[in-house]
Amino acid sequence: MKPFDLLRPSSIAKAISAKQSQVQFLAGGTNLVDLMKKHIATPDALLDVTPILSSQITGSTETLLIGAAVKNSSAAMDKLVLSSYPLIAKAILAGASPQIRNMASTAGNLLQRTRCPYFYDTTLPCNKRNPGEGCGMREGESRMGAIIGHSEHCVAVHPSDLCIALAALDAEVLYTIAGEKKPMVIPFKDFHRLPGDAPEKDNNLPQNALITGVRIPKNPFSKNYAYVKLRDRDSYAFALVSVAAALHLQGDRIVEARLASGGVAHKPWRWYQAENFLKGKIPSAEVFAEAAALAADETNPLVGNAFKKLMLKGAIEVALQNCLTA
Amino acid sequence: MEQPKISRRFFVSISAMAGAFAFIPASVKSAYISAKNLFIPQKRALPLSVSINKKLYKLQQDTRTTLLDLLREELQLTGSKKGCDHGQCGACTVHVDGERVLSCLTLAAMVQGKEVTTIEGLANGDELHPMQKAFVECDGFQCGYCTPGQIMSAVACVKEGHTGSVEEIKEFMSGNLCRCGAYNGIVKSIQQVAQ
Repeated sequence: MKPFDLLRPSSIAKAISAKQSQVQFLAGGTNLVDLMKKHIATPDALLDVTPILSSQITGSTETLLIGAAVKNSSAAMDKLVLSSYPLIAKAILAGASPQIRNMASTAGNLLQRTRCPYFYDTTLPCNKRNPGEGCGMREGESRMGAIIGHSEHCVAVHPSDLCIALAALDAEVLYTIAGEKKPMVIPFKDFHRLPGDAPEKDNNLPQNALITGVRIPKNPFSKNYAYVKLRDRDSYAFALVSVAAALHLQGDRIVEARLASGGVAHKPWRWYQAENFLKGKIPSAEVFAEAAALAADETNPLVGNAFKKLMLKGAIEVALQNCLTA
Repeated sequence: MEQPKISRRFFVSISAMAGAFAFIPASVKSAYISAKNLFIPQKRALPLSVSINKKLYKLQQDTRTTLLDLLREELQLTGSKKGCDHGQCGACTVHVDGERVLSCLTLAAMVQGKEVTTIEGLANGDELHPMQKAFVECDGFQCGYCTPGQIMSAVACVKEGHTGSVEEIKEFMSGNLCRCGAYNGIVKSIQQVAQ
């Protein structure tokens, strides 16, 4: 690791005023420390923000607020999360290992970098690591790459499971920035970005802003939900394709559906077309298959990952079926 | 054995060089040091106080030191193992404030004021922890390299109550890899302690 200073700001305001481009916030460290060991992240200083950020989960009848420092395992065990927002717990438990979930924070989960092997291997070209160097995966080993929303500059995928559930539930990211007293808000669908011609930017968080929490609006999806994650081994692996699904059923019809995927794009991907198609339908295997086909048809796989299209179709069908038996 | 010979000429020339060095102006020396610092970054130290296996340590640590390196290299607590050093194998699992974490991805500075328990702190004197006994009885290991991490994780797994079924145990032990494949013995050990 490159030598760095470790600072412990005593308030959020002090943390923000000390933040610069070569200074990074440190929370759980599960991703950042690893990137520093590999000299992919080379900050001059770290600001340990865990003690000054909220580690509380609070809820009213209208929303759930998860503090930025809440550990993944605490969120997955929380009574309110389990009773009213169980999709969140389901997604968290599909990710990482118990040890890492005990360390990783909510805000850190949103900010984790891609697990694209070309990003991690410093001997290979990567536009995300070294802008302008070229994308190694695009014409290389693209098995783990994106199948939608990719650009000629980057085909990396977003690695989080929690974020897929947050995208499906229309969450919001709360943050603070220098000179603003009020907490600022970004809708979750606009938080992460597509690579375009600037893949080094993962999200639209303003520079030097500090995430303070994630807010999830009250929703009717606490009964019929599912999280399906397909990967190279049964546990403790990143997704090839994952699907968060939620249905709001009334009588024999679907009032509203939510479908989001991980492992397919540079950001958590919502399948709006399939969601709209499901609205008002009577759930059946045929309807689910048709919705899944709508989503799969939107994709544009790379040379080495055409299998993901079929995998996605199957995963959506299974997830929707699992919603009925959840 | 022949004694090394120091000739008079050698002694005089070395003394002269040392003398000359002392007369180099301080400004030249400081310029040299700052030039050196340009290429070799200085390490930054941080005071750290932490309780490890119920013993309080007050240390001065390079900010880059991970908890794993602190345990192994500074405190000679070599029970926790460095398998991958990237959070992929679980061999470095320890407890911080009673919860299992990966010491390789934890900076030592992050455990300031906390309670760390390692495999060395599990037994009560000569009396093994029930999980250590179970691993011995159920063949929970072969080569033993992943075992300290497996045991620390297994103790937490039982405490968390994730022992309802073989599948649940396997899922909640998935962060600890065993290349020998002693998984059946590990699951059996956990079932034995959970009962």
